[in-house]
Amino acid sequence: MSAGAIASNFDTARPTVSKHLQILTECELLTQEQNGREIYYHINANKMKEVADFIEPFRKIWDDRFNKLETIMKDYKSKKQK
Amino acid sequence: MEQKTKVHAEDGKQELTIARDFDLPVELLYKAYEDPEIIEQVMTNPYATAKMIKFEGRKHGSYQMESTDPQGNVVFSANGTFHEFGPRKITRTFEMTNASFGVQLEVYEFEPITDQTSRLKTHIIYESVALRDEVLKLPFAQGLSMAHDRIQGIMGK
Repeated sequence: MSAGAIASNFDTARPTVSKHLQILTECELLTQEQNGREIYYHINANKMKEVADFIEPFRKIWDDRFNKLETIMKDYKSKKQK
Repeated sequence: MEQKTKVHAEDGKQELTIARDFDLPVELLYKAYEDPEIIEQVMTNPYATAKMIKFEGRKHGSYQMESTDPQGNVVFSANGTFHEFGPRKITRTFEMTNASFGVQLEVYEFEPITDQTSRLKTHIIYESVALRDEVLKLPFAQGLSMAHDRIQGIMGK
């Protein structure tokens, strides 16, 4: 869908919709396809599914913490070996 | 890509498990839970510095930690008691101060996979299904709130 077609579904001003589309694209929830002068937006279903899963942010926090732990302990190990 | 950290939370149960494989020998993985200074490093982030106020790493010992923001305000505080302390298993309670999540029971199991890799299995049991679900939703709600702030920030320009 083009930005104009999407905007026609909302009572919001066109620039507001554009900003929302821009953010959703940044978050990889939408993908853009250039079609002549227009940009078509497509839904990234896989990413949507990830967001819909409410456990994901919880998992991400633990994942980040564990990644950090791994990095710290690798440093610790290499310091000890010196 | 396969996710390194796996969270398993069955519907209607007051518990969850978190499993993670590490590119570390099991002794080093355990060390990260045994040494309060390393725990502080892991828990510190760009927004808050973690401090272990009390840490008695032994059976019947207890711990108390808090995180402060750069202005010195306490943004997180928690405490608990150890029931078993190492070297392959830590059982402890965990309670966030000034929060309504109750006391949770946490069992950490450290398993070697090879000489250089290991697995951590965390089993957390909450006081009720509702409390478990609240804890699970917390980062989701925070994420949403951050997204809203971001949109508002951009739209407010």
